[in-house]
Amino acid sequence: MAKYIKFVQSPHCGATATFAGTTRDTFEGKTVIELRYEAYVPMAIRCLKSICSAARSAWKIDSAAVAHRLGPVPVGDASVFVAVSAVHREDALDACKYVIDEIKASVPIWKKEVYEGGEIWKENSEFLERRKGGCCGVKVKVGDCGAAAAATAEGCDRARIGE
Amino acid sequence: MEIVALTWFSWLGALQAGSSSAMDVMERGKEIANEDRTRKGTENASVAIKVLFFARARDVTGLTDMPLEVSSGSTARDCLNKLIAKFPGLEEIRGCLVLALNEEYTPESAVVKDRDELAIIPPISGG
Repeated sequence: MAKYIKFVQSPHCGATATFAGTTRDTFEGKTVIELRYEAYVPMAIRCLKSICSAARSAWKIDSAAVAHRLGPVPVGDASVFVAVSAVHREDALDACKYVIDEIKASVPIWKKEVYEGGEIWKENSEFLERRKGGCCGVKVKVGDCGAAAAATAEGCDRARIGE
Repeated sequence: MEIVALTWFSWLGALQAGSSSAMDVMERGKEIANEDRTRKGTENASVAIKVLFFARARDVTGLTDMPLEVSSGSTARDCLNKLIAKFPGLEEIRGCLVLALNEEYTPESAVVKDRDELAIIPPISGG
């Protein structure tokens, strides 16, 4: 995670906002042994770039970095990490929140929770909520996966999946 | 600013090559009719796409990907219907699936073209 923080930081930025999502040890009373992640990697990278691009359009941020692990992730480890830098903290914090919220709503990554008694594919409520409005992306003015990114911009300064 | 994107899979389920059926099992969708169906046999009226299965969809089909041949003008919905006919277990999760065509989310009404890549996407759970 330190390298992503280092990547986004620069002398003219007064703020670096980060988010790390870590695997919990229990879910609904069940003991989680591990999480296993998989992704539709090319599309996930495209989505992450689009999300970063949208964040850049909405807030005055300097740099952004997103990393998501694939494969088995032990309890307590970070599976996703977001770092955003900006001159002012409001932009950094708001953009960071936006990025992780969008990841949970739209990026094609899946998590399987392995318990002592079995395993289950998880489903993000953010995705299900958004889907009520139709195909993923219909309700999203910014961060529409794959749609606007190609036309516009710089995308995510660093998007890494599978580390 | 350089964009670095690395991919790495440490874990994948077993791959099994699937072969698509040449049988044209079509259900007429509400929005777009497959007009070419009546001309099949007299014209080159089929397209070949690649279907990707993820997570629970892969568990149901046992496949990570397969080729699929459909009539020209078929929609993503037509493709999904054909897949459900081949893998009835998909019907159970059909209501929560979304589709992506060539790495972009797509409505079921989108028409598929030759060499398109259609991804069957169960509810996501990243982050």
